[in-house]
Amino acid sequence: MSAHEDTHAHDDHGHHHKETFVTKYIFSQDHKMIARQYLITGTIMGVIGVLMSLMFRMQIAWPEQPNVLFEALLGKWAPDGVMDADIYLALITIHGTIMVFFVLTAGLSGTFSNLLIPLQIGARDMASGFLNMLSYWMFFLSSVVMIISLFVEAGPAAAGWTIYPPLSALPLAQGGSGAGMTLWLVSMAIFIASSLLGSLNYIVTVINLRTKGMSMTRLPLTIWAFFITAIIGVISFPVLLSAALLLIMDRSFGTSFFLSDIFIQGEVLHYQGGSPVLFEHLFWFLGHPEVYIVLLPALGITSEVIATNSRKPIFGYRAMVASILAIAFLSTIVWGHHMFISGMNPFLGSVFTFTTLLIAIPSAVKAFNYITTLWKGNLQLNPAMLFSIGLVSTFITGGLTGIILGDSALDINVHDTYFVVAHFHLVMGISALYGMFAGIYHWFPKMFKRMMNKNLGYVHFWVTAICAYGVFFPMHFIGMAGLPRRYYTNSNFPLFDDLSNVNVIITLFALVGGAFQLVFLWNLFYSIFYGKKTVQNPWRSNTLEWTAPIKQIHGNWEGEIPHVYRWAYDYSKPGHDDDFVPQNVPLKEGEEELQH
Amino acid sequence: MTALLTILVLVFITVAIWQMVKIFDLAQANADNTQVATDKDNRVNGYLMLGFLAFIYIITIVCFVKWGDLPLISNSASEHGPGLDNLMIISMVIIFIVQTITQFLLHYFAFKYKGEKGRKALFFADNNMLEAIWTIIPVIVLAGLIIYGLFTWNSIMNVDMDDDPLVVELYAQQFNWKARYAGDDNVLGKANVRLIDIDRANILGIDESDPNAQDDVITTELHLPVGRPVLFKMRSQDVLHSAYMPHFRAQMNCVPGMITQFGFTPTVTTAEMRQTPEMIEKVANINSIRVEESNKLIAKGEDALERYEFDYLLLCNKICGKSHYNMQMKIIVESQEEYEAWIKEQKVFKNSLIN
Repeated sequence: MSAHEDTHAHDDHGHHHKETFVTKYIFSQDHKMIARQYLITGTIMGVIGVLMSLMFRMQIAWPEQPNVLFEALLGKWAPDGVMDADIYLALITIHGTIMVFFVLTAGLSGTFSNLLIPLQIGARDMASGFLNMLSYWMFFLSSVVMIISLFVEAGPAAAGWTIYPPLSALPLAQGGSGAGMTLWLVSMAIFIASSLLGSLNYIVTVINLRTKGMSMTRLPLTIWAFFITAIIGVISFPVLLSAALLLIMDRSFGTSFFLSDIFIQGEVLHYQGGSPVLFEHLFWFLGHPEVYIVLLPALGITSEVIATNSRKPIFGYRAMVASILAIAFLSTIVWGHHMFISGMNPFLGSVFTFTTLLIAIPSAVKAFNYITTLWKGNLQLNPAMLFSIGLVSTFITGGLTGIILGDSALDINVHDTYFVVAHFHLVMGISALYGMFAGIYHWFPKMFKRMMNKNLGYVHFWVTAICAYGVFFPMHFIGMAGLPRRYYTNSNFPLFDDLSNVNVIITLFALVGGAFQLVFLWNLFYSIFYGKKTVQNPWRSNTLEWTAPIKQIHGNWEGEIPHVYRWAYDYSKPGHDDDFVPQNVPLKEGEEELQH
Repeated sequence: MTALLTILVLVFITVAIWQMVKIFDLAQANADNTQVATDKDNRVNGYLMLGFLAFIYIITIVCFVKWGDLPLISNSASEHGPGLDNLMIISMVIIFIVQTITQFLLHYFAFKYKGEKGRKALFFADNNMLEAIWTIIPVIVLAGLIIYGLFTWNSIMNVDMDDDPLVVELYAQQFNWKARYAGDDNVLGKANVRLIDIDRANILGIDESDPNAQDDVITTELHLPVGRPVLFKMRSQDVLHSAYMPHFRAQMNCVPGMITQFGFTPTVTTAEMRQTPEMIEKVANINSIRVEESNKLIAKGEDALERYEFDYLLLCNKICGKSHYNMQMKIIVESQEEYEAWIKEQKVFKNSLIN
């Protein structure tokens, strides 16, 4: 397919400008630096998000008990160390927002799309370095606004990460729906702009800047995943932006898009004719594709890591691409499964049940293809590989319960219970986080020219893996017992008293798992400066990024960009001495490229 | 105090691991330390993969044995409940089988094919037959589940007015529930939050001029006659709420500005449910936990907890603000006679107004 010769125009790009500290480390337009900026910012946001979850987990396990940690971190929101009910709701809200958007969307996609797209397709940089820089700094700004929103007088946004109006629209309904929610909406609007700039850049780069020989059917699956993710983002994020803008109008300018017939605190409000259900539609039109915006890059990373470390071609390349496309398409027509009992027409519920359960098919194909890739491999169990295998495991466990939640009839009784919490944390939260960890361990040498410590990596993986199951597996059962999520305490329901010990166990697992992320943080930051120096291609991988010099130069390759002669998965190919054949190695005489 | 101790323990664990890793590293100082997995790493982690598979199986078994009887399976108290529970059980069985097999394959392969120097992997890139198999099997299983699920869903959501259901309004506000019975005419009077007049005790905004409204009855407890279909009409006056009645497998959101509905037929009275062996056991268990809790409270000089007795509940299951966690209403299912006696005692709307 298409190959582009105009890359020469970029060849001497790097030699024109003299780089200062500011242009190199702060307002950098180099995709590798921007990737690192995304990684560090995402990691910091991740620490905040996880810390919040540990705090509200302690409240759930030991309700209304004084806690020094609360007193120290929550200040006036924890008088005498007892967590306030309002801040509990704020913590779950901001935890969800930060983890879904700031860590697993920007932190994951932002880091690895930026790092890998130009390097793996053989481009000097992104199509627009300037837009790319803008995208990062808008993300940074939105993070700052989100953090600032934590400190407003009446409290941060506390209406759940789904911010359903009227709760999110009326300061009378909840303190957090005042300035806190305004800042939340502003932050998200900036975030969406950032995400769109990034996505457009990724799409254009993948379409236009592939090196000679890099046809679409030779793209590594990472790039396919990032490419399709960017397309889903461009389709669905603007809808959330419109929802946010309409909500801002309702809140501040007296319109009634989402509000009608409201009597609160002794007065009738003027709103008439709007519908909260409309907001739910707009929100979930992004909200569901968002799950795949989070998950697909993780699956892309996993495909690459599993193939490399199995020393085997990924099984069913075409099926993998087809299932990414199928998931992307289906993801835009399943949003209603979040709304079976929202009051929308039950017939719509039937339609959404049908489309939702269909999505299990491409997902199953992916899972089986990963397992088959392992079969008769020569598995190099590096930390990245462990996290990838872990991802497949949690993706299966979490995904399977989707056939219960996607079934409208069954959803009636488990909707908004802990069953849902367990399901989506495993299938998108933990899975995507594992994908991110796998990516970090795998491409750390590319990013920082050094290796991460593998033993710390092993400890990190095994403790995390056990704790993730320890937290989320029992959670299914308290959900099936009917325990609603987002309850500050269950002590007003003696009905659930026999679940309190389960909640303590879950919290203990969460605390241990959370604490062991320190091992990762230590490994990450220590290795940036003092890690062992890497060789050029430490994992003996086929993709183009490993043909670039260790020393990071603007423009990625000295001299000409390598040409591509084969797909990315010629591992252990018969007829070659080595068990890997990089993409830039020409076919031997008489060697045939696999028809894929 | 607990928290402090927890944190201390965690810190110690962290330090211990850190030291262990340091020892690991020192032991390897002379070896070819590239931070890439060696055969030994592959072996160790391969066995750990098997161990992890065992861990997944064990946690599954423990959860089912210890908490598998907590789920509200097989104790539903509504007509459509058993059908829904059946679908749940079928789905769970399918999930259980697929989970057991795929996790086994994944972790066993990770163990079996752990890398060794000099071995070459099989170059196996594609097989249409295999892929067709694992596309078609899910298609068939899911087709079955979808069809079964849709039948169940449609039968639950279609309320037949010919069955003469008892019409009851569930009215949600931060942070409590009210029920409004339609009275002798079984037709709810018109209502809108704009008509709320607190001074006259018209708290639900009922249209005082509507003849259908005159015999409506507003209560703070939900009484339902056993065996008669009920059609709930839901309203909310402020934010979204969700009327969740887990024992009846019933839930529907309450949305300001619109009326939503859900219907079911209660089949087991509160008294009967309290007498079922499962419920007796569950309540006894809960009470033993509460006695333990109470002893701790008394030691601290606080009041003991009340004894728990089973009641059906209506819970709020959509985040609605600060006291979301305490928004509930008692539901009492009783015989037709008991229900009639109870409803007669209640004031009808026209008599409840303050003039």
